[in-house]
Amino acid sequence: MDLESLVSNALTSIQAATDSAALEAVRVGVLGKKGALTDLLKALGSLSAEDRPAAGARINEAKTRLFEAIEARRSLLDSQAVAKVLEEGRLDVSLPGRGAKTGALHPVTRTRLRIEAIFRSAGFGVALGPEVEDDFHNFEALNIPADHPARAMHDTFYFGDGRLLRTHTSPVQIRAMTSQPLPLRLIMPGRVYRCDSDQTHTPMFHQVEGLVVDEDVSFSNLKAILKRFLEEFFEKPLAIRLRPSYFPFTEPSAEVDCACVFCHGKGCRVCKQTGWLEVLGCGMVHPNVLKQCGIDHERYRGYAFGMGIERLTMLRYDVNDIRQYFENDLRFLAQFEQG
Amino acid sequence: MRVSRAWLESMVSSGWDAMQLSHRLTMAGFEVEGQSAAAGAFDQVVIGRVVKCEPHPAADRLKVTEVDIGSAQLLQIVCGASNVRAGLTVPVACVGATLPGDVHIKRAKLRGVESNGMLCSARELGLGEDAEGLLELPSELPLGRNFREALELDDIIFELNFTPNRGDALSTLGLAREVAVLCGQPLRMPELSVVAVSHDQRVAVTLSAPGAGRFLGRVITGLNPQAITPLWMKERLRRAGLRSLGPLVDVTNYVMLELGQPMHAYDRRRLSGAINVRLAKADEPLTLLDGTTLQLKSDVMVIADDAGAVGLAGIMGGEKSGIAADTTEVFLEVAWFAPSAIAGRARRHGLLTDASQRFERGVDPAGLERAMQRATGLLLQLAGGQAGPVVSADAPSQWPVRNPILLREKSIKQLIGIEIEAERVQKILLDLGMGVAPVSGGWQVESPSWRFDIALEADLIEELARVYGYNQIPEIDALTPTLPYLPSEHRVSDERLASLLVDRGYFEAINYTFVDPALQSVLFADASTLALANPLSSELAVMRVSLWSGLVKNLKANSRRQADRVRLFEIGSRFVMNLGQLQEIHTVAGLAWGRSFSEQWGLKAQGVDFYDVKADVEALLALSGQPAVTFAAANLPTLHPGRTAQISVNGEAAGFIGELHPKVAAELDLDGAVYLFELDVEKINIAQIPVSKDISRFPYIRRDIAVVVNEATTFNELQHSVTVAASGLLRELKVFDVYRGKGIETGKKSVALGLILQENSRTLTDAEADSVVQRVTTALNADLQAVLRD
Repeated sequence: MDLESLVSNALTSIQAATDSAALEAVRVGVLGKKGALTDLLKALGSLSAEDRPAAGARINEAKTRLFEAIEARRSLLDSQAVAKVLEEGRLDVSLPGRGAKTGALHPVTRTRLRIEAIFRSAGFGVALGPEVEDDFHNFEALNIPADHPARAMHDTFYFGDGRLLRTHTSPVQIRAMTSQPLPLRLIMPGRVYRCDSDQTHTPMFHQVEGLVVDEDVSFSNLKAILKRFLEEFFEKPLAIRLRPSYFPFTEPSAEVDCACVFCHGKGCRVCKQTGWLEVLGCGMVHPNVLKQCGIDHERYRGYAFGMGIERLTMLRYDVNDIRQYFENDLRFLAQFEQG
Repeated sequence: MRVSRAWLESMVSSGWDAMQLSHRLTMAGFEVEGQSAAAGAFDQVVIGRVVKCEPHPAADRLKVTEVDIGSAQLLQIVCGASNVRAGLTVPVACVGATLPGDVHIKRAKLRGVESNGMLCSARELGLGEDAEGLLELPSELPLGRNFREALELDDIIFELNFTPNRGDALSTLGLAREVAVLCGQPLRMPELSVVAVSHDQRVAVTLSAPGAGRFLGRVITGLNPQAITPLWMKERLRRAGLRSLGPLVDVTNYVMLELGQPMHAYDRRRLSGAINVRLAKADEPLTLLDGTTLQLKSDVMVIADDAGAVGLAGIMGGEKSGIAADTTEVFLEVAWFAPSAIAGRARRHGLLTDASQRFERGVDPAGLERAMQRATGLLLQLAGGQAGPVVSADAPSQWPVRNPILLREKSIKQLIGIEIEAERVQKILLDLGMGVAPVSGGWQVESPSWRFDIALEADLIEELARVYGYNQIPEIDALTPTLPYLPSEHRVSDERLASLLVDRGYFEAINYTFVDPALQSVLFADASTLALANPLSSELAVMRVSLWSGLVKNLKANSRRQADRVRLFEIGSRFVMNLGQLQEIHTVAGLAWGRSFSEQWGLKAQGVDFYDVKADVEALLALSGQPAVTFAAANLPTLHPGRTAQISVNGEAAGFIGELHPKVAAELDLDGAVYLFELDVEKINIAQIPVSKDISRFPYIRRDIAVVVNEATTFNELQHSVTVAASGLLRELKVFDVYRGKGIETGKKSVALGLILQENSRTLTDAEADSVVQRVTTALNADLQAVLRD
C-alpha cells in the first residue's frame, strides 16, 4: 500500500474509533512495532541512497501527523468519557437532605434565655429557688402579713399544711438576702403560680425578677437599668415611663411602660390605643423587707423589679393566645425553629 | 372604681380636658384603665311633656300623643311605649335628631298617622340598658331645654384601678384631693346643711370588739316612703355604676361615693333594743342583704341588737333589718373599723363589697361627723323626716396611732438619686395634708387622718417622687463598675442540655407542674404525691412526681392532631415525697414516638427504637465528660421489663430510659412504642474540664473478630473482657454487627468486634496485634464462653 492511502485509511480509522480500546488498536495497527508505517520505515533500506532521505522524511512526517491525530482523538474520547460519567452522576439537588432535623426551644425559654443573657452581661447572677414555698418566704418576709389586701392580688395555691406554690419569684430574693454576702446583683427566673385561669391568665406562668442591694443604689439607677434592658430586649431605642404603683415589698413602687413596639406609640390593638405597653413592675426594696432579712437598711438600699416572661414573649413574637404556651402543640412549637 | 369627671370637677377645677386629667391621674398612681361617655352620642333631644295621649285609630299598641316642648306648637308624636301617658315628662328626639347607632329621626307616618319625632327610652339614648319604657323625667325640668345640658350628659366616666394602699382615694372627695395637689387648685368640699335635732329617740351603742373604734348612730323618723330619688343623684349613682334603690339606700351609697365613708341604714322597726358591736359567736348564723346565709367565725365583727346579729360590720348589712318599701324610720350607722379587723373577712366568704373594700384599706376616722351630717341633710331633703341626736360610741384605744416621721434631706437623694429643693419638699407635703415641722437636716412629718399608707421615711419619699413626677427623675447609670456574669465551665448549663436536645430534633415542652392524679397513677401507681388543697380542677390537682405524665399527655394531644413523629423534652422540677420529706428535683426528661426519622426519600422508614433514644441520652451524658456512665438493665413498673435501663453516673443513680410498658400504653390508649427518659439534672451536669493528651503519631492496626456468645451476654461484659485482655493497646472497641439466625445456634448471637490497636511511642507490629487478638479471644472464652466464629 502506498503511504498516502495508508495515511488516509489510518485517519479514517482514527476518526471512527469510539473508545480508547479501538483507538489503541488503530495506533498499534499503524504505529506499533508491527504496524503498517513501521513496516514502511523498515522497507526504507531497500530504497536507493538518494531516494531514502526524502522517503524517510515523508514517512516521518506521516508518522507525526498520525500520532497527533491519535492524541487528539484520545483526548476527545477521554473528555467524552469523563463527561459521560459526570452526566450519569447528575443529582437532583432540589431533593431534601437526609437525616434528622432540629427541634426548637419553647418560646418562653427562648425569651428567658435572652433576658438572662442581657442581665448577665450587666453583671447579674442567676439565682433559683423552690417552687413549693412557705408563707414566710412568699408573703411574711415580703411585708405581706396575713389578711393584707395585697393577698387578694395573689390567688394562691395551698397544700393545706402551711406550704404553698410560690406566687412570684420574690421568695428567692428573700433567700438570697438572708444567705448571700452583700452586695447582691441577681436575677431570679422561674415558674410561678396563681389560682386563676381564663383568656388572659394561666395558673402557671414564668417571671424574672431582679434584685440589687448595695450601699449606693437609687431609683434613678433602677430606671437606667430597666431602660437599657428593654432597649436590648426589643433591639431598638424605646421610650419608657414609670407610673406610681403599689407593691408591699417596695417603696417607692412603679409600673413600667415602654412605648408600644408594634405601633411605636401611635396606638394600636396591642397597646389598647394608649401607645404604651405595661411590661414591668419595680421599686426600691422596702425597709421592712431589708430588716426582715437582717440587712442594715440605713447602710444598704436595694432595688427590685419583676416581669412576666409570657408577656415579653407575646410582645416579641406576637403570640396572641397565652393558653398556647402550655398545650405543647408541635405546630406551635415548630414556629420557633429558627435562630 | 368608676368616677364621673363632672362630679370630680365639682370639687376641684383642674382646667384639664378629659385626656389630660386621665393622663395626670395615671401618672400619679391612679391608673385610668378605660373611659366612656356618660351618654351615647345624640343631639336635638329636648325636654317635653305629653299633654294628650290617645289610642291610635289603626294600631292597638300605638298611642298618638301631643307633646309640649316649650314652643308655640304642640308636636304630634306616635309612640308605642307601655308607660306613655298624659302628664309624663320625657326626652323628645325632634325631627332632624340623630340618636346613638346613627338613627336619624324624620317626619314619618305610622299606620297613617303623622309623627313628628320620637319619645325616648334610656337605652335609646345610651344611658343604660333599661328599655322597659320611656325615660321618666322629673316634672320640674323646663320644657324645651336641651336634654344633654339639663342632665349634664357631656361627662366622661373614668374606670380607675386603685392600688390596695390608697383606700383614701376611693371617693370623689379622695380623688379630688389628689387632683387638687396635682393642679394646684383649691378643693371645694360639698356644702353641709345644718340639721335641726327635732326629737330625742336614740339607740344605745356599745363597742366591745377589738378594732371597733367609733360608731355614730342617729334615728330619723317620719320619712316619706313615697319619696323618689332626684334625677341628679340617680345620674351620679348611675355613672358610678350603682343602681338606684330608693332614696334611703341611695343616700347612704351617695355619701359613700362622695366622701368615702361607708354607711348603713337600718329599718328602725326591725331593731330590738341596743346596738352592740361585738365579735361573732362561733358558727353564729347571719343572713345578709343579698340573701346568703353565713356561718360566722369568731374573728368576725358583727353589729348586733338584743336579738342577735343584724349586720356584718364593715362588710354588709343583714336582711332582717334592711330597708323596705314601707320603711319610715331608720337608724343610720356611720362607723370606723380598724383595717386589720376587716381585712380578709369579706374575701373568706366570697364577698367583695364597697364597704369592705374601703374599711380594709382604711377610712378616715375624722370624717364620720361630716358623713353623718351630709347623709342626714340629704335624707331630710329627699324624704322629709325628723332627725334625732347623734349618739356616739368611741374606743380611743382602737384608733390608729400616727407617730411623727423624720424625713431627712439626704435620704431623698439616697433613695431616688436626685435632690428636691427643700421648699418644694415642704410644699408637696403640705399640699398632701401632712403636718410638717422643719428640723435640722429635714422635717418632722405627720400624715393626715385619711392616709393609712404612710409610716416610714420611705413612704414620704415615695409621695415626694410621685407628686414631683417619676418621669422627672433622670436615668442615671450606677457608678459601680460591673463585670459580666459568666456561667461556670464546671457545670453543664440547662441551656446546653436543651440546645443539644433541640439540635437532635426534640421540641421543648413546658407543662403545668400539677397534673391529673388519674393519669399520674396509671404511670406511677405507688407514688406518694403532694396534693393541692385548692386545685383549679381535678385534672390539675397533684404535683407531678415525674415529667413523663405531661409529655405523655402532649403525645396524646399531638397524635390526635395527626402528628406521625413526636420528640419532646422538658426541663423542670418534679416533686417527690421521700419518707414524708418533699424533694424538688430539677429534671430533664424526653419522649420519642413514631418514626425514627421524619418521613423522607433517602432513608428506610422505621419506628424509633431504644437505641435511637439511647444515643440522644448518651449525647446528653457526654456533655459532662464524666467517664463512669453505665446503663444497667432495670425494672420500673412504668416501663417495658426487658427494655429499661437505669442510668448511673460515677456510681450514682441518675435516671431511667426505656419503652413505656405496653400495658400502660394500652391503658393510655397510645399506639406504637413510646420511649421515655428522665434524668436528674444535678447528677449529670457536673462537668469535667477537658485535659488534652498527646496524639499518637503512629498508625493504628485494626483487627476484626466475631464471637458467638449466649443471648444473655451483654456488650458491657464483652467490652470489659476485651479491655482487660488488650491492656493498654486498645484505643477503641467498635461493635459493628450483632447477628442471629442462620448458622448461629438458637439462644446464641454473633457479635462482631473491631479492635483498634495503637502504641503511642512506636509503630505496632502485626505480630503484636496478633498476640493481642490471641489474648482477647482466650479471655472472651474463659470469661464468657465466647467462641470465635469462623
